Amino acid sequence: MTATTEAKAERDTARPSLSIGAAARFAAPIGLVIVFVIFFIATPNFLTVANLTDLLVSASILMVLAMGQQLVISVAGIDLSVGSNLPWAAATLGFAYTNGANLAVAMLLALVAGGLVGLLNGLLVARLGMTDFIVTLGSLSVVSGATLLLTGGNTVAVSSPFMQGLALDGVGPVRWFWLVAIVAALLTAFLLFKTKTGTHLLATGGNLEAARGTGINVARTRMLAYVLSGLACGVAGILLVARTGGADPSLQTDLLLSSIAAVVLGGSSLFGGRASVLGSAVGAVLLTSLINGFTLIGISQNYQPVAVGVVVLGAAFISRFQK
Amino acid sequence: MADDSGRRPAGKAPLVEIRGVTKSFDAVRALQGVDLTIEEGTVTALLGDNGAGKSTLVRCLTGVHSPDDGEILFRGETIKLGSPDDARHLGIETVFQDLGLIEDLQVWQNLYLNRELTRGFVPIRVLDKKQMIANSATILADLDVNVPNVRATVRRMSGGQRQSVAIARAANWGTTLVIMDEPTAALGVRETAAVEKLIGRLRSNGVTVLLVSHDMDQVMRVADSAWVLRRGRTAANRKMADTTGDELVGLITGAIAGDAGA
Repeated sequence: MTATTEAKAERDTARPSLSIGAAARFAAPIGLVIVFVIFFIATPNFLTVANLTDLLVSASILMVLAMGQQLVISVAGIDLSVGSNLPWAAATLGFAYTNGANLAVAMLLALVAGGLVGLLNGLLVARLGMTDFIVTLGSLSVVSGATLLLTGGNTVAVSSPFMQGLALDGVGPVRWFWLVAIVAALLTAFLLFKTKTGTHLLATGGNLEAARGTGINVARTRMLAYVLSGLACGVAGILLVARTGGADPSLQTDLLLSSIAAVVLGGSSLFGGRASVLGSAVGAVLLTSLINGFTLIGISQNYQPVAVGVVVLGAAFISRFQK
Repeated sequence: MADDSGRRPAGKAPLVEIRGVTKSFDAVRALQGVDLTIEEGTVTALLGDNGAGKSTLVRCLTGVHSPDDGEILFRGETIKLGSPDDARHLGIETVFQDLGLIEDLQVWQNLYLNRELTRGFVPIRVLDKKQMIANSATILADLDVNVPNVRATVRRMSGGQRQSVAIARAANWGTTLVIMDEPTAALGVRETAAVEKLIGRLRSNGVTVLLVSHDMDQVMRVADSAWVLRRGRTAANRKMADTTGDELVGLITGAIAGDAGA
């Protein structure tokens, strides 16, 4: 989907042959193939059109989140607030809709709510120079509390034909969810690899002082990454409401780790300056496949966080060799 | 010499003239009245022991610090450098010791960083990669910089190649003055020679260079004139033709008394 832009960016940086470094760079596609083979052998229900359709639909939310996370990681930051910003955006949508707002307005409010959290993170990190890890850990907690206060801790049901259509329909065999995820990935790739701003994001993440030295407004650049990550949470929040038929303020906190894992698996550097949109997209599909396959085989839900965590640790281990 | 230069016709004024510049950081008086002239189209060396005020002076010239007192004249006119952007607008570029390159970006991306060429219409402007890559190859070829491929990342380059890329970037945009802070401090013999040749080519292309260096042999080889700072003051000014490395060392250490006014 983003193959052309990716391939160009990749070709020149990926030359150091088939070392373990190359394995790190291609961890996500390699892992995806392995996972597919294993589940294909384990159960006939995995490699079916119905299951893959479903798998890709549930991967879409993670993919949108991963795109936002990708941008923040590109500038050598990290956005931990994703874990609560997603339910926050979803709850905002539900709250507005159940209080009589037009659905379009409610969806817009979800985007604004997500973007505001991103803006707050960006201001604290980029303008006030606070540590990204602490800032977003703090806002993770603040925003989850705000969500509980907004909803009173209850699930808000959103029953709307439009939302149902968004979750269940599409153009021919292509589901709306996939389209949203693909558009998000294409926009991210366009921004990173085709625009001035993208170069500045990568430069800021690669070497903050050097980027500042060439006159790049590094504060504004970093802030932009956090705001876009917040907006990605808004988009993902809308998808989440569509998929679950409502907003559960306690749901989906495991998507935080998964969003970071997808980016790391995709071959981006956690130290910033290097991005692979295609890799992050594949990483998101890989993690979702893992959970999907586990469910099909009937392995207890409780093993899922263990598996995701192990995959992340494995990716982090391999990326040590990526220089 | 410094006093009558302001009265010269504007076309003949030195590129940069620094008069009585002082700068203190709390109790530390880094610069206590420095005078210095950089003539257009020459390589001027700035010498001095550690703590003599070289770095502070360079930072005043690049807009990082603003002087407490004194004035900086650019082509005969007093200027205020409030930020590095101001210096950049005058065409003053600096190659700091850390080079300021982004390792994970390719050579052409570094050369064009924050000066990217774009095509298309507002609001969607796309990077003109082809043009930038082609121009980068030309920029490096003109300066005879030996970089195998402008599409290679800086991470995979040797120290000398990096230094050359950084200098080429500064020279390409720094149309009036390129300041180099110990450009060969981290380089081997052969790479040092290549960088010195590059400085020579800049001069023949009409670029003015201010060279901060500790290497007297190098200064004798590449500079036209030298200014020596000692404890925040101008100690001496020598034309290379009229001095020796030993004399410069003496002026730096104070073994030979300075003779510049102020």
